[in-house]
Amino acid sequence: MFLSVKGLKKAFGDQEVLKDINLEIERGNILTIIGPSGSGKTTLLRCLNALERPDKGTYSFDDGLELHFSDHIKKNDMTRLRLKSGMVFQSYNLFPHKTALENVIEGPLIVQKRNKDAVMTLARDLLEKVGLSDKMDLYPHQLSGGQQQRVGIARALAIQPELMLFDEPTSALDPELVGDVLKVIKDLANEGWTMAIVTHELRFAEQVSDRVLFMDNGYIVEQGSPKDVLRNPSEERTKQFIQRIMNP
Amino acid sequence: MFLNSLLFTISANMKGWDLFVNSLWPMIQGAIKGTIPLTLISFTTGIMLALITAIMRLSSYKFLTIPARVYVSAIRGTPMLVQLFIVFYGLGQLGFTINPFPSAIIAFSLNVGAYASEVIRASILSIPKGQWEAAQTVGMSYGQSLRRIILPQAARVSIPPLSNTFISLVKDTSLASLILVTELFRKSQEIAARTYDFMLLYVEAALLYWVICFILSLVQDRIEQRLERYVS
Ligand SMILES: Nc1ncnc2c1ncn2[C@@H]1O[C@H](COP(=O)(O)OP(=O)(O)OP(=O)(O)O)[C@@H](O)[C@H]1O
Ligand SMILES: [Mg+2]
Repeated sequence: MFLSVKGLKKAFGDQEVLKDINLEIERGNILTIIGPSGSGKTTLLRCLNALERPDKGTYSFDDGLELHFSDHIKKNDMTRLRLKSGMVFQSYNLFPHKTALENVIEGPLIVQKRNKDAVMTLARDLLEKVGLSDKMDLYPHQLSGGQQQRVGIARALAIQPELMLFDEPTSALDPELVGDVLKVIKDLANEGWTMAIVTHELRFAEQVSDRVLFMDNGYIVEQGSPKDVLRNPSEERTKQFIQRIMNP
Repeated sequence: MFLNSLLFTISANMKGWDLFVNSLWPMIQGAIKGTIPLTLISFTTGIMLALITAIMRLSSYKFLTIPARVYVSAIRGTPMLVQLFIVFYGLGQLGFTINPFPSAIIAFSLNVGAYASEVIRASILSIPKGQWEAAQTVGMSYGQSLRRIILPQAARVSIPPLSNTFISLVKDTSLASLILVTELFRKSQEIAARTYDFMLLYVEAALLYWVICFILSLVQDRIEQRLERYVS
Protein backbone atom coordinates (compact mmCIF):
# COMPACT_ATOMS: atom_id res chain seq x y z
CA MET A 1 0.00 0.00 0.00
CA PHE A 2 1.58 3.25 -1.17
CA LEU A 3 -0.61 5.54 0.86
CA SER A 4 -3.33 5.05 3.36
CA VAL A 5 -5.49 7.99 4.42
CA LYS A 6 -7.54 7.70 7.59
CA GLY A 7 -10.13 10.04 9.03
CA LEU A 8 -9.21 13.01 6.86
CA LYS A 9 -11.17 16.15 7.72
CA LYS A 10 -11.00 19.65 6.32
CA ALA A 11 -13.17 22.68 6.96
CA PHE A 12 -13.06 26.21 5.57
CA GLY A 13 -14.34 28.38 8.37
CA ASP A 14 -17.37 26.52 9.65
CA GLN A 15 -18.04 24.82 6.33
CA GLU A 16 -16.91 21.21 6.50
CA VAL A 17 -15.70 20.26 3.07
CA LEU A 18 -14.12 16.87 3.77
CA LYS A 19 -15.96 15.09 6.54
CA ASP A 20 -14.39 11.68 7.03
CA ILE A 21 -12.25 10.47 4.18
CA ASN A 22 -10.67 7.02 4.26
CA LEU A 23 -8.89 5.73 1.23
CA GLU A 24 -5.94 3.71 0.08
CA ILE A 25 -3.79 4.00 -2.97
CA GLU A 26 -1.76 1.03 -4.18
CA ARG A 27 1.53 1.54 -5.96
CA GLY A 28 1.01 1.52 -9.72
CA ASN A 29 -2.71 1.91 -9.33
CA ILE A 30 -4.95 4.58 -10.72
CA LEU A 31 -7.66 6.06 -8.61
CA THR A 32 -10.26 8.28 -10.19
CA ILE A 33 -12.42 10.54 -8.15
CA ILE A 34 -15.82 11.53 -9.42
CA GLY A 35 -18.66 13.46 -7.89
CA PRO A 36 -20.84 16.53 -8.24
CA SER A 37 -19.51 20.07 -8.16
CA GLY A 38 -18.66 21.22 -4.66
CA SER A 39 -18.41 17.70 -3.29
CA GLY A 40 -14.79 18.26 -2.21
CA LYS A 41 -12.79 16.52 -4.96
CA THR A 42 -10.34 19.37 -5.52
CA THR A 43 -9.94 19.88 -1.81
CA LEU A 44 -9.12 16.20 -1.38
CA LEU A 45 -6.38 16.35 -4.02
CA ARG A 46 -5.01 19.56 -2.54
CA CYS A 47 -4.90 17.94 0.87
CA LEU A 48 -3.01 14.99 -0.58
CA ASN A 49 -0.09 17.20 -1.52
CA ALA A 50 -0.45 19.72 1.28
CA LEU A 51 -1.59 22.71 -0.75
CA GLU A 52 -4.26 22.66 1.94
CA ARG A 53 -3.40 21.46 5.39
CA PRO A 54 -5.91 18.88 6.59
CA ASP A 55 -7.46 19.61 9.99
CA LYS A 56 -7.50 16.01 11.12
CA GLY A 57 -6.52 12.60 9.88
CA THR A 58 -3.50 10.44 9.21
CA TYR A 59 -1.42 9.72 6.13
CA SER A 60 0.76 6.62 6.20
CA PHE A 61 3.17 5.98 3.36
CA ASP A 62 4.88 2.72 2.61
CA ASP A 63 8.30 4.24 3.25
CA GLY A 64 7.39 4.91 6.85
CA LEU A 65 6.42 8.58 6.56
CA GLU A 66 3.44 9.19 8.82
CA LEU A 67 1.64 12.45 9.29
CA HIS A 68 -0.91 13.05 12.01
CA PHE A 69 -2.64 16.27 11.16
CA SER A 70 -4.19 16.83 14.56
CA ASP A 71 -0.63 17.32 15.80
CA HIS A 72 2.01 19.79 14.80
CA ILE A 73 3.73 18.71 11.60
CA LYS A 74 7.42 19.24 11.11
CA LYS A 75 8.31 21.46 8.18
CA ASN A 76 10.59 18.78 6.88
CA ASP A 77 7.79 16.22 6.80
CA MET A 78 5.55 18.70 5.01
CA THR A 79 8.21 19.17 2.33
CA ARG A 80 8.62 15.41 2.02
CA LEU A 81 4.87 15.04 1.60
CA ARG A 82 4.76 17.76 -1.02
CA LEU A 83 7.55 16.27 -3.11
CA LYS A 84 5.90 12.85 -3.06
CA SER A 85 3.27 14.07 -5.45
CA GLY A 86 3.18 16.08 -8.64
CA MET A 87 0.11 18.23 -9.23
CA VAL A 88 -1.53 18.95 -12.56
CA PHE A 89 -3.99 21.83 -12.29
CA GLN A 90 -7.25 22.34 -14.09
CA SER A 91 -6.06 25.77 -15.25
CA TYR A 92 -2.47 24.59 -16.00
CA ASN A 93 -0.83 27.37 -13.93
CA LEU A 94 2.29 27.36 -16.06
CA PHE A 95 4.86 30.03 -15.29
CA PRO A 96 4.10 32.54 -18.07
CA HIS A 97 7.54 34.15 -18.08
CA LYS A 98 9.32 30.87 -18.68
CA THR A 99 9.49 28.69 -21.77
CA ALA A 100 8.07 25.18 -21.81
CA LEU A 101 11.52 23.78 -21.10
CA GLU A 102 12.19 26.28 -18.31
CA ASN A 103 8.86 25.41 -16.72
CA VAL A 104 9.89 21.78 -16.60
CA ILE A 105 13.44 22.25 -15.26
CA GLU A 106 12.46 24.75 -12.57
CA GLY A 107 11.65 22.13 -9.93
CA PRO A 108 14.49 19.63 -10.39
CA LEU A 109 17.16 22.21 -11.16
CA ILE A 110 16.35 25.09 -8.82
CA VAL A 111 14.65 23.35 -5.95
CA GLN A 112 16.08 19.86 -5.95
CA LYS A 113 19.45 21.11 -7.25
CA ARG A 114 20.04 18.07 -9.35
CA ASN A 115 22.80 17.85 -11.94
CA LYS A 116 22.15 20.27 -14.78
CA ASP A 117 22.93 17.93 -17.67
CA ALA A 118 20.82 15.18 -16.17
CA VAL A 119 17.94 17.62 -15.65
CA MET A 120 18.13 18.91 -19.21
CA THR A 121 18.05 15.38 -20.58
CA LEU A 122 15.16 14.48 -18.31
CA ALA A 123 13.22 17.60 -19.30
CA ARG A 124 13.73 16.99 -23.02
CA ASP A 125 12.64 13.38 -22.62
CA LEU A 126 9.56 14.40 -20.68
CA LEU A 127 8.56 17.02 -23.24
CA GLU A 128 9.05 14.47 -25.97
CA LYS A 129 6.94 11.98 -24.06
CA VAL A 130 4.06 14.47 -23.95
CA GLY A 131 4.51 15.19 -27.66
CA LEU A 132 6.06 18.64 -27.46
CA SER A 133 9.64 18.13 -28.56
CA ASP A 134 9.22 20.89 -31.15
CA LYS A 135 7.70 23.40 -28.69
CA MET A 136 10.30 23.41 -25.92
CA ASP A 137 11.37 26.99 -26.42
CA LEU A 138 7.92 28.50 -26.73
CA TYR A 139 6.26 30.50 -23.96
CA PRO A 140 2.93 29.34 -22.51
CA HIS A 141 0.96 32.04 -24.33
CA GLN A 142 2.29 30.67 -27.61
CA LEU A 143 0.83 27.23 -26.86
CA SER A 144 -2.71 25.88 -27.14
CA GLY A 145 -4.55 24.87 -23.98
CA GLY A 146 -3.88 21.20 -24.66
CA GLN A 147 -0.19 21.86 -25.19
CA GLN A 148 -0.01 23.96 -22.03
CA GLN A 149 -1.61 21.18 -20.05
CA ARG A 150 0.91 18.70 -21.41
CA VAL A 151 3.73 21.02 -20.32
CA GLY A 152 1.99 21.06 -16.93
CA ILE A 153 2.14 17.28 -16.84
CA ALA A 154 5.82 17.26 -17.81
CA ARG A 155 6.54 19.86 -15.13
CA ALA A 156 4.87 17.71 -12.49
CA LEU A 157 6.68 14.57 -13.66
CA ALA A 158 10.02 16.36 -13.56
CA ILE A 159 10.21 16.45 -9.78
CA GLN A 160 10.02 12.64 -10.03
CA PRO A 161 7.09 12.22 -7.68
CA GLU A 162 5.76 8.89 -6.58
CA LEU A 163 2.17 9.94 -7.07
CA MET A 164 0.66 12.09 -9.82
CA LEU A 165 -2.42 14.15 -9.00
CA PHE A 166 -4.67 15.49 -11.75
CA ASP A 167 -7.49 17.91 -11.04
CA GLU A 168 -9.87 17.83 -14.00
CA PRO A 169 -6.93 18.08 -16.38
CA THR A 170 -9.11 18.38 -19.46
CA SER A 171 -12.12 20.35 -18.32
CA ALA A 172 -10.72 23.73 -19.42
CA LEU A 173 -9.93 22.40 -22.90
CA ASP A 174 -11.75 22.57 -26.20
CA PRO A 175 -13.19 19.14 -26.99
CA GLU A 176 -10.76 18.49 -29.86
CA LEU A 177 -7.77 19.01 -27.55
CA VAL A 178 -8.95 16.67 -24.80
CA GLY A 179 -7.79 13.52 -26.60
CA ASP A 180 -4.09 14.48 -26.66
CA VAL A 181 -4.01 15.10 -22.93
CA LEU A 182 -5.92 11.92 -22.10
CA LYS A 183 -3.54 9.96 -24.30
CA VAL A 184 -0.58 11.25 -22.29
CA ILE A 185 -2.28 10.17 -19.08
CA LYS A 186 -2.99 6.73 -20.54
CA ASP A 187 0.68 6.42 -21.50
CA LEU A 188 1.62 7.20 -17.92
CA ALA A 189 -0.85 4.59 -16.74
CA ASN A 190 0.80 2.02 -18.98
CA GLU A 191 4.19 2.95 -17.60
CA GLY A 192 2.93 2.06 -14.16
CA TRP A 193 2.62 5.49 -12.55
CA THR A 194 0.55 5.80 -9.41
CA MET A 195 -2.11 8.42 -10.02
CA ALA A 196 -5.17 10.06 -8.54
CA ILE A 197 -7.35 11.75 -11.11
CA VAL A 198 -10.40 13.94 -10.63
CA THR A 199 -12.41 13.84 -13.82
CA HIS A 200 -15.82 14.10 -15.38
CA GLU A 201 -14.77 11.92 -18.32
CA LEU A 202 -16.46 8.75 -17.18
CA ARG A 203 -15.52 6.71 -20.24
CA PHE A 204 -11.89 7.60 -19.69
CA ALA A 205 -12.23 6.77 -16.01
CA GLU A 206 -13.58 3.37 -16.89
CA GLN A 207 -10.69 2.69 -19.27
CA VAL A 208 -7.78 3.66 -17.05
CA SER A 209 -8.86 3.28 -13.43
CA ASP A 210 -8.12 0.52 -11.05
CA ARG A 211 -10.46 2.08 -8.53
CA VAL A 212 -13.19 4.67 -8.77
CA LEU A 213 -14.28 6.75 -5.85
CA PHE A 214 -17.56 8.64 -5.80
CA MET A 215 -17.73 11.65 -3.52
CA ASP A 216 -20.70 13.68 -2.45
CA ASN A 217 -20.97 16.41 0.10
CA GLY A 218 -17.59 15.76 1.69
CA TYR A 219 -18.02 12.01 2.05
CA ILE A 220 -16.88 9.08 -0.01
CA VAL A 221 -20.19 7.54 -0.89
CA GLU A 222 -18.91 4.55 -2.78
CA GLN A 223 -15.63 3.14 -4.02
CA GLY A 224 -14.63 0.08 -5.93
CA SER A 225 -13.66 -1.24 -9.32
CA PRO A 226 -14.71 0.90 -12.28
CA LYS A 227 -17.14 -1.76 -13.38
CA ASP A 228 -18.86 -1.83 -10.01
CA VAL A 229 -19.03 1.90 -9.42
CA LEU A 230 -19.70 3.09 -12.96
CA ARG A 231 -21.79 0.26 -14.37
CA ASN A 232 -23.40 -1.16 -11.32
CA PRO A 233 -23.44 1.36 -8.50
CA SER A 234 -25.02 0.27 -5.28
CA GLU A 235 -25.81 3.73 -3.90
CA GLU A 236 -28.73 5.76 -5.17
CA ARG A 237 -26.69 9.00 -5.27
CA THR A 238 -24.03 7.39 -7.44
CA LYS A 239 -26.66 6.11 -9.86
CA GLN A 240 -28.23 9.54 -10.17
CA PHE A 241 -24.90 11.23 -10.71
CA ILE A 242 -23.77 8.81 -13.40
CA GLN A 243 -27.06 8.99 -15.17
CA ARG A 244 -26.96 12.78 -15.15
CA ILE A 245 -23.49 12.81 -16.72
CA MET A 246 -24.23 10.09 -19.25
CA ASN A 247 -27.55 11.60 -20.43
CA PRO A 248 -27.30 15.31 -19.76
CA MET B 1 -0.04 83.89 -26.54
CA PHE B 2 2.30 83.40 -23.66
CA LEU B 3 4.83 81.75 -25.96
CA ASN B 4 4.38 84.59 -28.47
CA SER B 5 5.18 87.23 -25.96
CA LEU B 6 8.11 85.18 -24.82
CA LEU B 7 9.43 84.86 -28.37
CA PHE B 8 8.82 88.57 -28.74
CA THR B 9 10.84 89.35 -25.65
CA ILE B 10 13.58 87.10 -26.91
CA SER B 11 13.72 88.33 -30.49
CA ALA B 12 13.12 91.95 -29.65
CA ASN B 13 15.90 91.78 -27.21
CA MET B 14 19.10 90.19 -28.45
CA LYS B 15 20.50 90.52 -25.00
CA GLY B 16 17.72 88.21 -23.85
CA TRP B 17 18.58 85.68 -26.54
CA ASP B 18 22.23 85.77 -25.53
CA LEU B 19 21.27 85.22 -21.92
CA PHE B 20 19.10 82.27 -22.95
CA VAL B 21 21.96 80.67 -24.88
CA ASN B 22 24.57 81.47 -22.29
CA SER B 23 22.58 80.06 -19.41
CA LEU B 24 21.65 76.91 -21.31
CA TRP B 25 24.96 75.18 -20.58
CA PRO B 26 25.06 75.93 -16.85
CA MET B 27 21.53 74.64 -16.53
CA ILE B 28 22.32 71.49 -18.51
CA GLN B 29 25.30 71.04 -16.24
CA GLY B 30 22.97 71.41 -13.29
CA ALA B 31 20.86 68.65 -14.81
CA ILE B 32 23.84 66.40 -15.42
CA LYS B 33 25.44 66.94 -12.03
CA GLY B 34 22.30 67.41 -9.96
CA THR B 35 18.92 66.49 -11.36
CA ILE B 36 19.91 63.31 -13.17
CA PRO B 37 22.11 61.63 -10.52
CA LEU B 38 19.65 62.72 -7.85
CA THR B 39 16.84 61.03 -9.75
CA LEU B 40 18.75 57.88 -10.61
CA ILE B 41 20.22 57.26 -7.16
CA SER B 42 17.01 58.09 -5.29
CA PHE B 43 14.94 55.97 -7.61
CA THR B 44 17.21 52.94 -7.31
CA THR B 45 17.44 53.05 -3.52
CA GLY B 46 13.77 53.94 -3.35
CA ILE B 47 12.77 50.88 -5.34
CA MET B 48 14.83 48.61 -3.11
CA LEU B 49 13.20 50.17 -0.08
CA ALA B 50 9.81 49.77 -1.74
CA LEU B 51 10.40 46.09 -2.41
CA ILE B 52 11.33 45.44 1.21
CA THR B 53 8.36 47.47 2.43
CA ALA B 54 5.95 45.69 0.09
CA ILE B 55 7.16 42.27 1.23
CA MET B 56 6.92 43.33 4.88
CA ARG B 57 3.35 44.51 4.34
CA LEU B 58 2.40 41.24 2.67
CA SER B 59 3.75 39.13 5.50
CA SER B 60 1.50 37.70 8.15
CA TYR B 61 3.61 38.99 11.04
CA LYS B 62 2.40 42.14 12.76
CA PHE B 63 5.92 43.17 13.73
CA LEU B 64 6.66 43.47 10.02
CA THR B 65 3.39 44.82 8.68
CA ILE B 66 2.93 47.56 11.27
CA PRO B 67 6.25 49.38 10.77
CA ALA B 68 5.77 49.14 7.00
CA ARG B 69 2.28 50.62 7.22
CA VAL B 70 3.35 53.42 9.51
CA TYR B 71 6.22 54.32 7.21
CA VAL B 72 4.04 54.41 4.09
CA SER B 73 1.33 56.37 5.85
CA ALA B 74 3.75 58.94 7.30
CA ILE B 75 5.49 59.60 4.00
CA ARG B 76 2.28 59.79 2.03
CA GLY B 77 0.65 61.97 4.63
CA THR B 78 3.29 64.70 4.76
CA PRO B 79 4.61 67.13 2.13
CA MET B 80 7.85 66.16 0.45
CA LEU B 81 9.27 69.62 1.05
CA VAL B 82 8.70 69.27 4.78
CA GLN B 83 10.45 65.86 4.74
CA LEU B 84 13.36 67.42 2.90
CA PHE B 85 13.63 70.20 5.49
CA ILE B 86 13.48 67.74 8.36
CA VAL B 87 16.33 65.68 6.93
CA PHE B 88 18.51 68.67 6.08
CA TYR B 89 17.75 71.43 8.61
CA GLY B 90 16.14 69.30 11.31
CA LEU B 91 18.80 66.62 11.58
CA GLY B 92 21.43 69.31 11.09
CA GLN B 93 20.19 71.11 14.18
CA LEU B 94 20.42 67.88 16.19
CA GLY B 95 24.03 67.54 15.18
CA PHE B 96 23.54 65.01 12.39
CA THR B 97 24.67 67.36 9.68
CA ILE B 98 24.19 65.82 6.29
CA ASN B 99 25.26 67.62 3.13
CA PRO B 100 22.57 68.91 0.81
CA PHE B 101 23.01 66.27 -1.88
CA PRO B 102 22.85 63.21 0.39
CA SER B 103 20.02 64.83 2.33
CA ALA B 104 18.05 65.11 -0.86
CA ILE B 105 18.84 61.50 -1.75
CA ILE B 106 17.59 60.34 1.65
CA ALA B 107 14.36 62.29 1.44
CA PHE B 108 13.60 61.34 -2.16
CA SER B 109 14.47 57.67 -1.60
CA LEU B 110 12.16 57.51 1.40
CA ASN B 111 9.48 59.09 -0.72
CA VAL B 112 9.86 56.76 -3.68
CA GLY B 113 10.08 53.85 -1.24
CA ALA B 114 6.67 54.63 0.21
CA TYR B 115 4.80 55.35 -3.01
CA ALA B 116 6.42 52.58 -5.04
CA SER B 117 5.81 50.02 -2.29
CA GLU B 118 2.08 50.45 -2.84
CA VAL B 119 2.54 49.85 -6.56
CA ILE B 120 4.69 46.79 -5.98
CA ARG B 121 2.36 45.41 -3.33
CA ALA B 122 -0.61 45.76 -5.66
CA SER B 123 1.23 44.09 -8.50
CA ILE B 124 2.29 41.17 -6.31
CA LEU B 125 -1.33 40.78 -5.22
CA SER B 126 -2.43 40.85 -8.86
CA ILE B 127 -0.52 37.65 -9.66
CA PRO B 128 -2.99 34.74 -9.59
CA LYS B 129 -2.90 32.48 -6.56
CA GLY B 130 -2.34 29.53 -8.89
CA GLN B 131 1.19 30.78 -9.54
CA TRP B 132 2.09 30.53 -5.85
CA GLU B 133 0.54 27.08 -5.74
CA ALA B 134 2.30 25.85 -8.86
CA ALA B 135 5.60 27.06 -7.39
CA GLN B 136 4.80 25.25 -4.16
CA THR B 137 4.01 21.99 -5.94
CA VAL B 138 7.42 21.94 -7.60
CA GLY B 139 8.84 22.28 -4.11
CA MET B 140 9.66 25.97 -3.84
CA SER B 141 9.85 27.74 -0.52
CA TYR B 142 8.13 31.09 0.02
CA GLY B 143 11.32 32.97 -0.83
CA GLN B 144 12.01 30.95 -3.94
CA SER B 145 8.43 31.34 -5.16
CA LEU B 146 8.60 35.07 -4.59
CA ARG B 147 11.96 35.57 -6.25
CA ARG B 148 11.66 33.24 -9.21
CA ILE B 149 7.96 33.16 -9.99
CA ILE B 150 6.03 36.05 -8.47
CA LEU B 151 8.39 39.03 -8.63
CA PRO B 152 9.36 38.64 -12.29
CA GLN B 153 5.68 38.69 -13.18
CA ALA B 154 4.88 41.48 -10.75
CA ALA B 155 7.73 43.53 -12.23
CA ARG B 156 6.01 43.52 -15.59
CA VAL B 157 2.78 44.69 -14.05
CA SER B 158 4.46 47.45 -12.09
CA ILE B 159 6.72 48.90 -14.76
CA PRO B 160 4.13 51.25 -16.29
CA PRO B 161 3.09 52.84 -12.97
CA LEU B 162 6.68 52.93 -11.74
CA SER B 163 7.83 54.78 -14.83
CA ASN B 164 5.28 57.43 -13.92
CA THR B 165 6.83 57.61 -10.46
CA PHE B 166 10.21 58.03 -12.12
CA ILE B 167 9.06 60.91 -14.31
CA SER B 168 7.44 62.64 -11.34
CA LEU B 169 10.67 62.25 -9.43
CA VAL B 170 12.61 64.11 -12.13
CA LYS B 171 10.36 67.11 -11.56
CA ASP B 172 10.27 66.74 -7.79
CA THR B 173 14.05 66.95 -7.56
CA SER B 174 13.65 70.69 -8.22
CA LEU B 175 12.59 70.91 -4.57
CA ALA B 176 16.19 70.10 -3.66
CA SER B 177 17.09 73.62 -4.78
CA LEU B 178 15.52 74.74 -1.49
CA ILE B 179 18.15 72.90 0.50
CA LEU B 180 20.88 74.33 -1.72
CA VAL B 181 21.53 71.37 -3.98
CA THR B 182 22.92 72.71 -7.25
CA GLU B 183 20.65 71.11 -9.73
CA LEU B 184 18.91 72.43 -12.82
CA PHE B 185 16.41 74.71 -11.12
CA ARG B 186 18.91 76.02 -8.60
CA LYS B 187 21.16 77.06 -11.50
CA SER B 188 18.34 79.02 -13.08
CA GLN B 189 17.63 80.68 -9.72
CA GLU B 190 21.26 81.67 -9.35
CA ILE B 191 21.41 83.25 -12.78
CA ALA B 192 18.07 84.96 -12.25
CA ALA B 193 19.29 86.42 -8.98
CA ARG B 194 22.04 88.15 -10.91
CA THR B 195 20.17 89.24 -14.03
CA TYR B 196 16.58 89.66 -12.77
CA ASP B 197 15.37 87.90 -15.97
CA PHE B 198 12.99 85.71 -14.01
CA MET B 199 10.55 84.95 -16.77
CA LEU B 200 13.13 84.00 -19.32
CA LEU B 201 15.22 81.86 -17.01
CA TYR B 202 12.39 80.01 -15.30
CA VAL B 203 10.72 79.30 -18.62
CA GLU B 204 14.05 78.02 -19.88
CA ALA B 205 14.30 75.73 -16.85
CA ALA B 206 10.75 74.55 -17.47
CA LEU B 207 11.61 73.81 -21.11
CA LEU B 208 14.59 71.71 -20.03
CA TYR B 209 12.47 69.68 -17.59
CA TRP B 210 9.94 69.25 -20.34
CA VAL B 211 12.57 67.95 -22.77
CA ILE B 212 13.88 65.45 -20.20
CA CYS B 213 10.40 64.22 -19.32
CA PHE B 214 9.39 64.08 -22.97
CA ILE B 215 12.36 61.85 -23.79
CA LEU B 216 11.55 59.68 -20.77
CA SER B 217 7.93 59.34 -21.84
CA LEU B 218 9.09 58.14 -25.26
CA VAL B 219 11.26 55.54 -23.55
CA GLN B 220 8.28 54.62 -21.38
CA ASP B 221 6.11 54.07 -24.46
CA ARG B 222 8.72 51.81 -25.98
CA ILE B 223 9.02 49.74 -22.82
CA GLU B 224 5.26 49.39 -22.54
CA GLN B 225 4.98 48.26 -26.14
CA ARG B 226 7.58 45.59 -25.52
CA LEU B 227 5.81 44.44 -22.39
CA GLU B 228 2.54 44.15 -24.33
CA ARG B 229 4.22 41.67 -26.62
CA TYR B 230 5.32 39.37 -23.82
CA VAL B 231 2.04 39.29 -21.96
CA SER B 232 -1.29 38.40 -23.65
N1 LIG C 1 -10.13 28.04 -0.18
C1 LIG C 1 -11.44 27.85 0.11
N2 LIG C 1 -12.06 28.67 0.99
C2 LIG C 1 -13.35 28.49 1.30
N3 LIG C 1 -14.12 27.54 0.77
C3 LIG C 1 -13.58 26.70 -0.12
C4 LIG C 1 -12.20 26.83 -0.51
N4 LIG C 1 -11.93 25.85 -1.42
C5 LIG C 1 -13.06 25.17 -1.59
N5 LIG C 1 -14.08 25.65 -0.83
C6 LIG C 1 -15.44 25.13 -0.74
O1 LIG C 1 -15.35 23.76 -0.51
C7 LIG C 1 -16.34 23.06 -1.22
C8 LIG C 1 -15.71 21.95 -2.04
O2 LIG C 1 -14.92 22.56 -3.04
P1 LIG C 1 -14.06 21.71 -4.07
O3 LIG C 1 -13.37 22.69 -4.93
O4 LIG C 1 -13.22 20.75 -3.35
O5 LIG C 1 -15.18 20.95 -4.89
P2 LIG C 1 -15.05 20.09 -6.19
O6 LIG C 1 -15.66 18.77 -5.88
O7 LIG C 1 -13.66 20.12 -6.69
O8 LIG C 1 -16.00 20.86 -7.19
P3 LIG C 1 -15.86 21.10 -8.77
O9 LIG C 1 -16.32 19.85 -9.44
O10 LIG C 1 -16.79 22.23 -9.02
O11 LIG C 1 -14.45 21.43 -9.04
C9 LIG C 1 -17.08 24.08 -2.04
O12 LIG C 1 -18.29 24.36 -1.39
C10 LIG C 1 -16.17 25.27 -2.05
O13 LIG C 1 -16.93 26.44 -2.09
MG1 LIG D 1 -12.70 20.92 -8.39
